[in-house]
Amino acid sequence: MKRQPISTGSEWTFELIQEYDQEIGRIARERYGLETYPNQIEIITAEQMMDAYASVGMPIGYSHWSYGKHFLSTEKSYKRGQMGLAYEIVINSDPCIAYLMEENTITMQALVIAHACYGHNSFFKGNYLFRTWTDASSIIDYLMFAKQYIARCEERHGIAAVENLLDSCHALMNYGVDRYKRPYPISAEEEQRRQKDREEYLQRQVNDLWRTIPRALDKGGAQAQRKRFPVEPQENILYFIEKHAPLLEPWQREVVRIVRKIAQYFYPQRQTQVMNEGWATFWHYTLINDLYDEGLVTEGFMLEFLQSHSGVIYQPSFDSRWYSGINPYTLGFSIFRDIRRICEEPTDEDKRWFPDIAGSDWLTTLKFAMRDFKDESFILQFLSPKVIRDLKLFSVLDDDQQDVLTVPAIHDEAGYRTIRELLAAQYNLGNREPNIQVWNVDLRGDRSLTLRHQQHNRKPLGESTESVLKHLHRLWGFNVHLESWQDDRRVNAYHMPPLPDPSPTAGLPVLMT
Amino acid sequence: MSYVIDRRLNGKNKSMVNRQRFLQRYRGHIKKAVEEAVGKRSITDMEHGEQISIPGRDIDEPVLHHGRGGRQTIVHPGNKEFTAGERIPRPDGGGGGQGSGQASNSGEGMDEFVFQITQEEFLDFMFEDLELPNLVKRHLTGTDTFKTVRAGISSEGNPSRINIVRTLRSAHARRIALSGSSRAELKALKAELARLKQEEPDNLNVIQATEQEVERLQARINRVPYLDTFDLKYNLLTKQPNPSSKAVMFCLMDVSGSMTQATKDVAKRFFILLYLFLKRSYDKIEVVFIRHHTSAKEVDEQEFFYSRETGGTIVSSALKMMQEIMAARYPVNEWNIYAAQASDGDNWNDDSPVCRDLLINQIMPFVQYFSYVEITPREHQALWYEYENVHEAFPESFAQQQLVSAADIYPVFRELFQRRMVS
Repeated sequence: MKRQPISTGSEWTFELIQEYDQEIGRIARERYGLETYPNQIEIITAEQMMDAYASVGMPIGYSHWSYGKHFLSTEKSYKRGQMGLAYEIVINSDPCIAYLMEENTITMQALVIAHACYGHNSFFKGNYLFRTWTDASSIIDYLMFAKQYIARCEERHGIAAVENLLDSCHALMNYGVDRYKRPYPISAEEEQRRQKDREEYLQRQVNDLWRTIPRALDKGGAQAQRKRFPVEPQENILYFIEKHAPLLEPWQREVVRIVRKIAQYFYPQRQTQVMNEGWATFWHYTLINDLYDEGLVTEGFMLEFLQSHSGVIYQPSFDSRWYSGINPYTLGFSIFRDIRRICEEPTDEDKRWFPDIAGSDWLTTLKFAMRDFKDESFILQFLSPKVIRDLKLFSVLDDDQQDVLTVPAIHDEAGYRTIRELLAAQYNLGNREPNIQVWNVDLRGDRSLTLRHQQHNRKPLGESTESVLKHLHRLWGFNVHLESWQDDRRVNAYHMPPLPDPSPTAGLPVLMT
Repeated sequence: MSYVIDRRLNGKNKSMVNRQRFLQRYRGHIKKAVEEAVGKRSITDMEHGEQISIPGRDIDEPVLHHGRGGRQTIVHPGNKEFTAGERIPRPDGGGGGQGSGQASNSGEGMDEFVFQITQEEFLDFMFEDLELPNLVKRHLTGTDTFKTVRAGISSEGNPSRINIVRTLRSAHARRIALSGSSRAELKALKAELARLKQEEPDNLNVIQATEQEVERLQARINRVPYLDTFDLKYNLLTKQPNPSSKAVMFCLMDVSGSMTQATKDVAKRFFILLYLFLKRSYDKIEVVFIRHHTSAKEVDEQEFFYSRETGGTIVSSALKMMQEIMAARYPVNEWNIYAAQASDGDNWNDDSPVCRDLLINQIMPFVQYFSYVEITPREHQALWYEYENVHEAFPESFAQQQLVSAADIYPVFRELFQRRMVS
């Protein structure tokens, strides 16, 4: 018995959106048991969407020229029709905020509701990285606090000073996260309450470190001096700056902290792009198809839906002029779909590759995959030979010591495992970003800061390294060195300010003893 | 449970601040682009913005990342012909390695960051640093630059400004509102008391109780104050700036037969630029348009720019008219007077000395600044040389420049109206 479709035209109204949301939500909850935060669906204009774009999806952001730059470039390509806007932006908060654009048809709105409000939303709520690293209930408050604090700093210290500081922090933003340590949940209220105490405390701590009067204990001399500070290398450069940079004012430390906290908030998103998009795409596909099976949407609706859907998961091949890497939507969607297939109709190959999940309950397995993995481990665990074959994945080895490129593995029996490992490694943020850590501070000498870059496969640093060091130099206030090490050999070094040409040491003053 | 919220009406232009910050940061680049654009663009289309491009390397936000080189393995989709272990020659321009590192260096920085600025922003950049010369701010000092005007009623203010009628009206309203229910009760009780006294005069207990109740209510009503601080209303006065430093700009233009179409076009553009500039920079400025051939006529803006006439040329007719208008409408002690004249340099031969005398004796002494642009590629004629005498007599306040094509307008314009120190 077919039911009456919810709508037949392409125009949307608030009532229709509500009705679609109810039906999609009903199926998501009752049939699939998806757990979500409450949804807050906001209808916005294209211009507002560009605003949201510019501030990297933060609903409330502090003012900075770089957001203006992003806005201008988005606006330009949108006005020229070079680029459509994303249909939605969704924010990991409680309630989960999803933006819908007013230009969209009702079909697109339904797709977006299924994708964002039930797909992404349940991912935010379920995935272990988001659960442990971000606090959805307090992010909006925290962003509000950050915006106000930075605005106040601008009033007190001038826009230029704050802007320079933010520039420097942004340059190091990716090195402002704790990769292994679970951060404290952020809370705007507490931040404000403790801010005053912290300012004083921090300053005292820093002063202590830089105490110039020698302590009685210092008799040990040489041995104490040889000890490095920090004793262990530190991966969170911004944290180190916040706590130990000798010349920063308390308010500057606060700003560093704000940038660091926001970077930390976005860190899980950077680690789960394939999973997050794949999961959301899987669910919009499943949920909308269920609507169709129940007779709630028309054939015309489905045609439009399928067209958008196939656009979203389109993967140009490597030699196409549209190719710009692997489409995370395609990869994620293919893997999730394949997990379901492996559970429901396992082949012999699947039984050999996935003995533990072949033939199991697909919904349980799918939710397990969503909950307890990040991109790297997800691909390593679930990328099946079939998906590798479907996408025709192959690898290319580019070694600058050899004249030709080689193809170590392709989508065949011998290559599946290699491809899977290589692709997983490609999504490991640790491999994608240079491994740079705080190595030493010359506490008793010129106070210079030394960073150490551990090269991976001889990959050198990019050309903007010097500019980043300028920013780091601004934050640290004294000389900054960056050394690149391959295994135990120092291969390169950057200095800020750049070292003068080595001159004869004859003229060096001799210290009187 | 989902909430659907319509956000379309609020939060527009959230990125405005960021956009302004961006323009501020790259103003050097933008100004250069604007100046180039003004040289190229026809002045009549000032109605749209401009595309600005900034070299990508100037605008980068640097981050630490891997460069080319080393040993990298990348997985790609869409394999067609490759087999495992195959060796492929390095594609041109792509790939890594030291060889192609060079190639990518030459491409670096070529990516231009291109964006659009609005008309308003365009004009802002164009008019920056320009200002009417020697604008003497005569009456801007002292208290008489502001006049106080009434601006409604406020609940805060100086006791001397109290508005009695409004205050009492609001006190009255408050008393009614606060004691209304008590009054209704009191009225009912009084009626009851009257009835009791009439019908059951012996029921003393009840009568006494009712009387006490009446007293209590009366007291409660009396406790509502007659006038509360809350009621006070004041006349609100605000100060409006009343600058007595006013300026009038005379635009004089030759529209005679000797002016070719192209010359008129250039002249018109000069004035349009001028006029746009005046309209923007000075809210309180009046502009008088005088066009002339053998006789002069005061016209409105539309007619000045867009109607055509032919005939001979007598420049002094315009100067005479200007002098008359100055005398009649713009007394020198109240107005700063500026004038700009555009012509192709042709004049009735006997007329040029008349112009000189008119200027030197009757106009220049009262004018802050007079600029004359001659739009001609040819040799100067009598008028230019007579005007050189004027320039000698008033070197500070008289300027003359020659224009040849539309591209010259902007530099000349800037030259003429460069910011000058008020001496």
